[in-house]
Amino acid sequence: MAKGINIERRRQAIYGWLLLFPAGVLLSLFAFYPTIATFWASLFSRGTRRRPSEFLGTENYAALFNDPTFWTVVQNNLLYAAVTVPVSIGIALAMALWANSKIPARGFVRTAYFTPTVLPMIAAANLWLFFYTPGLGVLDQIGGLFGLESVNWLGRPETALWAIIIVTIWKEAGFFMIFYLAALQTIPEDLREAADIEGASRWTYTRRIVLPLLMPTTLFIMVNAMINSVKLIDHLFILTKGGPNDASKLILYYIWEMAFAFFDAPSAAAMTVLILLVLCIVASIQFFLIDRRTHYQ
Amino acid sequence: MSRIVRNAEATVAIVLAVVWISPLLFAFWAAFHSTSDAINFNLLAPWTLDNFRIAWAGAPWLRYFLNTFILVTIVLAGQFVLTTLAGFAFAQLRFPGKDVVFILVLMQLFILPEVLIVENYAMVSRLGLFDTILGVGMPYMASAFGIFLMRQAFKSVPIELHEAAKIEGCSLLGILWRVYVPLARPTYLAYALVSVSTHWNNFLWPLIVTNSADTRPLTVGLSIFGAPESGVNISVISAATLMTVAPLLIAFLVFQRQFVQAFLRTGIK
Repeated sequence: MAKGINIERRRQAIYGWLLLFPAGVLLSLFAFYPTIATFWASLFSRGTRRRPSEFLGTENYAALFNDPTFWTVVQNNLLYAAVTVPVSIGIALAMALWANSKIPARGFVRTAYFTPTVLPMIAAANLWLFFYTPGLGVLDQIGGLFGLESVNWLGRPETALWAIIIVTIWKEAGFFMIFYLAALQTIPEDLREAADIEGASRWTYTRRIVLPLLMPTTLFIMVNAMINSVKLIDHLFILTKGGPNDASKLILYYIWEMAFAFFDAPSAAAMTVLILLVLCIVASIQFFLIDRRTHYQ
Repeated sequence: MSRIVRNAEATVAIVLAVVWISPLLFAFWAAFHSTSDAINFNLLAPWTLDNFRIAWAGAPWLRYFLNTFILVTIVLAGQFVLTTLAGFAFAQLRFPGKDVVFILVLMQLFILPEVLIVENYAMVSRLGLFDTILGVGMPYMASAFGIFLMRQAFKSVPIELHEAAKIEGCSLLGILWRVYVPLARPTYLAYALVSVSTHWNNFLWPLIVTNSADTRPLTVGLSIFGAPESGVNISVISAATLMTVAPLLIAFLVFQRQFVQAFLRTGIK
């Protein structure tokens, strides 16, 4: 009998590892090995034909910290995150509350909010180009009606990053809305009736009951939004290419540029390691903050 | 009083909805009008298909469509096979080291493939897959997210069904194929919708790995077509943009409920 259990256990182990094998190979090739290789590459100099690459230790990082463009890009990305995360969450919440209440044309409203989610970022950028083009664009034409001067939204350092931020918020808010919608539908109707009987206003009900109940969803969305503030850069390729004067350049775009336009792989690797560190921190927020809260429920 | 507030709120909600789809509406308007009529908002201007004709002739769109189609198909096929096998191992088998490996897989949720572009590019070149559609799709096939999703779906399958199939003499892979896979069909559908729309829209990685019209997906083709250097006007860009988003957009409008359900099912962990 004991022998039978032993054979069964061994069989499960063999099957288990065999089933994991294909996914394990690909994950190693395209996630684990590249992570280690990136870290390794960030410690060496750029190899040329005449001079092979040599070990530098932290010199690439030091060079990066001395590169003013790097700090501009970090600042841009921090601003990008600091604006897109809360604003898209706020708009998503408002959208969900509206799309969940009894308003006319609710189906249309929901579809309209969600539609940008299914568009590629590149296509979205093309659509917004039509808004931002100086002189001819929709924004300028509307401004012209009120006698405002034409503005080169994408060509001016003061406005370029904001133009990028607006496209990101437009793309994200509808996506986050559906998580709120799902959460709203799990709130029992009794709570609303109880609040009505107690004479609580709709505003009090929303603030005191709905918002606290949506807290876990908000944290989940927040983590996603933070990851997106690293990841969503496709529209830069169409709208500004990081310009003018790096005013709208974001970190991932800078990594791409370093590696594939300037062929400076070690600097790109050093920056990638820094991003991975940030993502680690976001991951720990997810694990320690959010998971604890959901267990708490 | 509260009725006024309510009406005001409904108005704001609808105005926001109109603002939200206005970029799409303007593109639609521009695509069907000549450039000068489009930017002057000449409401009585005649409608035209010329922009579509010019856009269609300007790039090998059919090839791009085919590439994107092949790409999303092989990514999805690879993901289904790999995540099913791995998800099943994590959900229903017991073996030493499983928990450690599972944590490693979860870590990959945060190591975005987008961030590792440099080393992944080197890896794809090393494997001889540079400028191939397989090379574009391969890094996404062993999706940690998909493995996690399948594990959750398989965990909810009642163990009695597993035992019953075992007594009937079904092998382990037979049980997976005959019991677990059919029961997880909604999860597969949801995952398919999310995966297809993600990879239909993906840009940065395909931009790096493709180098010819024979492998380039729609997004990369569109970015090259619309680049300022190519000198096409806004109406033609709008037409090309609408063309490339049309299949996914129409599918979304038709299967809206399923799409939203799919995003929800895969998003709530």
